Amino acid sequence: MITDRIKMILSGLPTHVVLIGLCLIWLIPTIGLFVTSLRPFQDINESGWWTVFAPRETAGQDVYEKYLAPYYGPDGKAVEGVDLFDPELIGEFRRSIELTVFLREQVEEGKVQLEELPDTQEMTELLAYLRRVSGVEDAASRPRFTLDNYIDALMGYRGRDSYVEDCAAGEQALDLNCNITDIMNPRGMGRAFVNSLLVAIPCVILPILFAAFAGYAFSWLHFPGRMLLFALLVGLQIVPLQMTLIPVSRVYAQLGLNGTFLGIWLFHTGFGLPYAIYLMRNFIGSLPREIFESAYLDGMSHWTVFYKLALPLSVPALASLAIFQFLWIWNDLLVALVFLGGQKPVLTYQIGNMVSSLGAGWHLLTAAAFISMALPMIVFFALQRFFVRGMLAGAVKG
Amino acid sequence: MANVKYEHVTKRWGNVVGISDLSIDIEDKEFIVYVGPSGCGKSTALRLLAGLESITEGKIYIGDRMVNDVKPKDRDIAMVFQSYALYPHMKVYENMAFGLRQRKTTEAEIDQRVREAADILGIEKLLDRKPGQLSGGQRQRVAIGRAIVREPNVFLMDEPLSNLDAKLRVQARAEISKLHQRLETTFIYVTHDQVEAMTMGTRILVLKDGIKQQIDSPQNLYEYPDNLFVAGFIGSPAMNFIDAKLVERDGKVAVDCQDFALEVPEDKAQVYRQHLGKEVIFGIRPEDTHDADYFPTGITKSLVEARVDVTELLGREVVVHLASEHIQFQGIFDPRTEARAGNTIDVAFNMDSMHVFDKQTELAIR
Repeated sequence: MITDRIKMILSGLPTHVVLIGLCLIWLIPTIGLFVTSLRPFQDINESGWWTVFAPRETAGQDVYEKYLAPYYGPDGKAVEGVDLFDPELIGEFRRSIELTVFLREQVEEGKVQLEELPDTQEMTELLAYLRRVSGVEDAASRPRFTLDNYIDALMGYRGRDSYVEDCAAGEQALDLNCNITDIMNPRGMGRAFVNSLLVAIPCVILPILFAAFAGYAFSWLHFPGRMLLFALLVGLQIVPLQMTLIPVSRVYAQLGLNGTFLGIWLFHTGFGLPYAIYLMRNFIGSLPREIFESAYLDGMSHWTVFYKLALPLSVPALASLAIFQFLWIWNDLLVALVFLGGQKPVLTYQIGNMVSSLGAGWHLLTAAAFISMALPMIVFFALQRFFVRGMLAGAVKG
Repeated sequence: MANVKYEHVTKRWGNVVGISDLSIDIEDKEFIVYVGPSGCGKSTALRLLAGLESITEGKIYIGDRMVNDVKPKDRDIAMVFQSYALYPHMKVYENMAFGLRQRKTTEAEIDQRVREAADILGIEKLLDRKPGQLSGGQRQRVAIGRAIVREPNVFLMDEPLSNLDAKLRVQARAEISKLHQRLETTFIYVTHDQVEAMTMGTRILVLKDGIKQQIDSPQNLYEYPDNLFVAGFIGSPAMNFIDAKLVERDGKVAVDCQDFALEVPEDKAQVYRQHLGKEVIFGIRPEDTHDADYFPTGITKSLVEARVDVTELLGREVVVHLASEHIQFQGIFDPRTEARAGNTIDVAFNMDSMHVFDKQTELAIR
């Protein structure tokens, strides 16, 4: 009895190990990103997310002892005229590069014989240490976790500290009002989130609705040229979207649709339709013919059959189609960039704008990434049973 | 309550012929069974009547009304499908009420009719379930219930029992027959199973390749098949067919089957005498082929010798595969028979139930 149990557990072990391994491969970067997005940006710059619970008082001390302690002494006062623990001196160094310049000058002036300067990362840690011990910065009072990154990203804050601090100090930027209206700041993720929703929702509903109509018509209505039209539609799937950007853009320019939501709705609907129709036709066509015949005998019109039978019965196909279409629209940058651009920035566009070309501000990126991930993840987990079923949609009967 | 009439009905899809020149008259309150092998057009004949297929040529009447151009829903019919075609996302009650709702029946009447039908079929307790939660037999009842609530003039059933297991099928067969008596409506029933056809139908239409073979009562189909196909299709095991020639022997008509000659009884000799010398097919059912030691009294028997190839004991009877030099045939013997594989025994044919078919036209000679 017990040996059977053990055998069973052991025989399932390899599978479980592989599964747990796969989960970890997915989870670790995600958790890392999530933890990072919740840390103050100073911490993010100084140490990795896995040190989030490590004691901060001694961080950087090892670097100091390795490079500087032999010359400046444990109290930083060994070299004449220089007090490394002086808050006034250290207060001048806001970035590690400034500390590097200072130390290099020290070497050139012959005050110390530093053969090798700390590397960039070590320099960052070193500066943090010096700022802390000199009392420039009160590290102990800085929380380990903060929502500042999220707030900054949502509000579109681009300053050196944080939105909350700046607003508290009354020195907000020109485009910020320090009240709830900031969430609609065109430079922020909040506005971009709303824009993305405004793009995604109609772009999901419209093609699926049309595709359901078309799928029903192609399966159950008999009209001349039905197969030809269907073949043509299926063939349209191979048209690369990029090929049509210029012609569509020119037409939009004449119609005044560039930079409008209507324009992008039409574009995504058009490009979503061929595949959606193909899938819906296959799904609705595979529903048992007799059910429909029975409905006609029951006196239902095509319209009634469509919304009372075909629609409810194709929920699995509709759901999977909706998920795939939603994810594609949500993550689309190209179409949004071309037809909306900066006028109505969507999430993908705004994330790109978050980081400066020099790579600064990437603490905002972590929060922005999570903001843009949130909805797809909710959609995925809420509809995952359709997701799995939907992958088979059209292939076998649902 | 209505009679149904097919008048020279033909159905073609391009060059493919589904039904050709079918004319039948179905009386009010009849239970007609369309039977035939798969692809014979029996379902097509039914679907033409239901309006699910369009008629290429000819006319169909329900009652006195020509329905060629009447929509299915206005033909006053109800149909039970092979796969039941229940609406999977609706409860049983809704399934049954749905057609009535489409017809704007009042809610009170819907409720009354649904409960009445459920009562007839014994499915009152299932009304709140969905089709997915029902067994095959229960689904089949619901499908019939859905047809009953419509109170149609004609019931159409397209192989409604073929998805049930053997035991349930026998039970359901009797129930449908009872239902027919109770509702006193015209039933048209399609099946490929000749046992179903024989047990349920008041009349049976036998179809082959879209062509009417014979329409008659089960008894007459069995005893007087019009042609070789009907003779072979009705009855199980199938009738034995033996190539033969009608000859005269000692002043009497006989069937010369190459290995043996069988004398034709007096009452039938008159007919066959006109066809002397003709190449024919001699037909005799296995149940009219007896062990010479155990045959019923009062039959005109004709003895031949045959070798036993295989015996299949079914309890009530033994199916014996027999062979003589050139021919093979089957007999259903009394279980007391001593026939064993390899033996040679005497076989008695009941010549009162013999059939003779023209070899060219395959039509019965009688």
